[in-house]
Amino acid sequence: MNIGSGSLVTVPSSTGSWKSGDIVSDQFPVGLRVLVVDDDPTCLRILEKMLRNCHYEVTKCNRAEIALSFLRENKNGFDIVISDVHMPDMDGFKLLEHIGLEMDLPVIMMSADDSKDVVMKGVTHGAYDYLIKPVRIEALKNIWQHVVRKRKYEWKDNNFDQSGSVEEGDRQQKPSEDVDYSSSANEGNWKNSKKRKEEEEEVEDRDDTSNLKKPRVVWSVELHQQFVQAVHQLGIDKAVPKKILELMNVPGLTRENVASHLQKYRLYLRRLSGVSQHQNGLNNSFMGRPDTTFCTISSLNGLDLQALAAAGQIPAQNLATLQAAALGKSATKSAISMPLDQRNFFSFENSKLRFPEGQQQLNNSNKQIDLLHGIPTTMESKQLANLHHPSQSFMGMNMQVNSTSQHNNSVLMRLSQSQPRTQLLNGANNGSQVSRLPLSMQQSLSPVLTQSGIVDNARGSVYNPVSQASSMVDFSVNQSKELQSYNFSLGSNSSGLSSLTNRGMLQEEVNSDIKGSRGFPSNYDIFNELQPKSQNWGLQNDGSTFDTSLHPCMQGTQDVSSQLLLQQGISSTHNSGQNRNAPIEKPMYSNGDEIGHSNTMCGSQLNSGGGNMLAVKAERFPDADYQNTNIREQFGRDDLMSAFLRQQASVGPVETEFGFDGYTLDNLPV
Amino acid sequence: MESQKKRQAAYMKKNLLDQGYLDEQFAHLEELQDDANPNFVEEVVKSFYTDSARFIRNIEVALENGPYDFTKLDNMMYQFKGSSSSIGARRVKRQCSMFQECCYAKNIEGCRNTFQGVKQEYATLKTKLETYFQVSPSLNNSNKHLYATTLFVCLNIFSKKLFQAKLL
Repeated sequence: MNIGSGSLVTVPSSTGSWKSGDIVSDQFPVGLRVLVVDDDPTCLRILEKMLRNCHYEVTKCNRAEIALSFLRENKNGFDIVISDVHMPDMDGFKLLEHIGLEMDLPVIMMSADDSKDVVMKGVTHGAYDYLIKPVRIEALKNIWQHVVRKRKYEWKDNNFDQSGSVEEGDRQQKPSEDVDYSSSANEGNWKNSKKRKEEEEEVEDRDDTSNLKKPRVVWSVELHQQFVQAVHQLGIDKAVPKKILELMNVPGLTRENVASHLQKYRLYLRRLSGVSQHQNGLNNSFMGRPDTTFCTISSLNGLDLQALAAAGQIPAQNLATLQAAALGKSATKSAISMPLDQRNFFSFENSKLRFPEGQQQLNNSNKQIDLLHGIPTTMESKQLANLHHPSQSFMGMNMQVNSTSQHNNSVLMRLSQSQPRTQLLNGANNGSQVSRLPLSMQQSLSPVLTQSGIVDNARGSVYNPVSQASSMVDFSVNQSKELQSYNFSLGSNSSGLSSLTNRGMLQEEVNSDIKGSRGFPSNYDIFNELQPKSQNWGLQNDGSTFDTSLHPCMQGTQDVSSQLLLQQGISSTHNSGQNRNAPIEKPMYSNGDEIGHSNTMCGSQLNSGGGNMLAVKAERFPDADYQNTNIREQFGRDDLMSAFLRQQASVGPVETEFGFDGYTLDNLPV
Repeated sequence: MESQKKRQAAYMKKNLLDQGYLDEQFAHLEELQDDANPNFVEEVVKSFYTDSARFIRNIEVALENGPYDFTKLDNMMYQFKGSSSSIGARRVKRQCSMFQECCYAKNIEGCRNTFQGVKQEYATLKTKLETYFQVSPSLNNSNKHLYATTLFVCLNIFSKKLFQAKLL
């Protein structure tokens, strides 16, 4: 559509879409180019007729893949996309993601399903509108407003550096809302999604070096993975944007996008690698992959911990819960998922994408875990299935966490700003203040999480609802209901947490993700390997041993440590607060008491008790963390993790495997 | 004659709406009809019956032998239901909802029964619509007839007048 001169639109051109700065012609929205995707041919036909009656240019296709290829081939050939939610070849939300990422077009979702959670899912995925079938022509008459709005905001974003002005402009730009008499289920939804998107776009543009009106590139999980692969292939030192771009071979990606992303990535790596180099070998062997990010993350944790330790008592309630949730999230944590974590870590451009990404990560990491450890993914699938039944308490927890997360924000800001990583995050993520900060908090503060030893109520609430299903899964599900941003942070935190925390934590998370007995054989093997190495870490305390020993009913090596941490955390706050089904609870508490005195001392105390027990297991946990008095944080996380793990997986077989029977907490020397 | 057919068509449509076979979606579809697509609704309904036949078949097969995957049955019915609602097949839609409730309750016998209901409503509606379309397309055709008739009559009168003039 050629509206540049403001003259009447004669022939809709296929060259390019009209620019937002151009005057809209009198004939607009005549000729609006719509792509309709629906597997039901009857519906498709009806929609096409309706859209034609609205004087739009319609292209229809019945498969999402075909739609994507249409969109890719004609970069600016369409103004708006309407897609059905339930399609056999690809989920409508997935298509929505792809389009948002690659083409950044407004997408309207349609479905006969008008249940609130599905509609909310549309909102969280960034749909511009959600229409309930059967669709009325009146609903379609107004879809042009989404195109106009989007263009206007993008143009503004590109031309205004200050977020304030842009936001104000955004708010002023919604006059056409009143005119909307569509039959969409959530008339306000697109407002929220748009606002969020605008905020995100603002942030994006701030990070953007140029003022050109180019489509925003959102670094999705897959995209980032491709990027990381390309970088690894080339070698970190030799990775230049041009070559990376060629290797990635992603349509629509420019050298500038890659360059700015590479810059962020390099900063991130620098920070991680600076912390602990000696952990690299251990991590690699454990993970079976030369995953530098893994060790770098743990090293990062060490840095963070120190910084955090210096910060003093941090309201870690939110962190604890967040981390707990993140830890509890099953199957997403694994060394392999580290790259994913990285992605989450410093690509928060699009919070609304995090949700699906998080889930994708879940899936990816699940697969990865399987590949790596040969662990069945039954648990993950169950947990994923549990996504559909979020608990109310979970939502309540979210609320709680959010409220506290804001409280923590100030502290986090301090910490996060000290680290470029978090800065990137903060810069990148404006959409949801609450979620972002906790996220960054988590990443940087993960070990610090339990520093304050305030496991408490937040954790308790977290445990209870989350225990049913993978915590992260629930989070992501509830995310759609409310506190979307929060959930995102959790989702990404879960990956981020694992990445950020010490290697040991990461391992724990991996183990816990594997859920109990599944990951057992591999975990234990790894621990055995790690054991000797852990000593090289120069642990001040045999914290590692302590960790393992305290968990007679270890579901996984992870559980042990996590349980230990949990104990510490719990005991430090309030023991009975949590609903722990694990038998270890009591003994944990008792042990925790000793530990409770001083989280920092945990390691040493624990060592005395647990030293004998699971020496093998103890190795698991990154003693390095403990060195830095990160134990506290770890404990907090591990506690949460273990709590989740225990609740989620049956511990039984694990115990016997390591002969923990004789090492119940009761038996631990206090 | 045309007006009679018109009346007949309108009467049928009213019946179908009142008896709940169709809902307002059908009326909306008719509004979409124009000169360029005079038989739009008929074409859509025809394609609906062609495409949805496979859903019916698939569900039937799935209901034959166990183990019964209720989720899959529900999904298939969901798609069929969406399709039916897009042409305004109200009773069929209602039967589909009942089927889905049985799926949710994992009641296979209930599923079978309600599915019989679905097929029945589906077939009944098809017959009624076929009759309706026999009558209603003539609405468009009748216009053409009207035009032709009027033209013919005018020509006749004109030629008669000319003749009279000549004679005169």
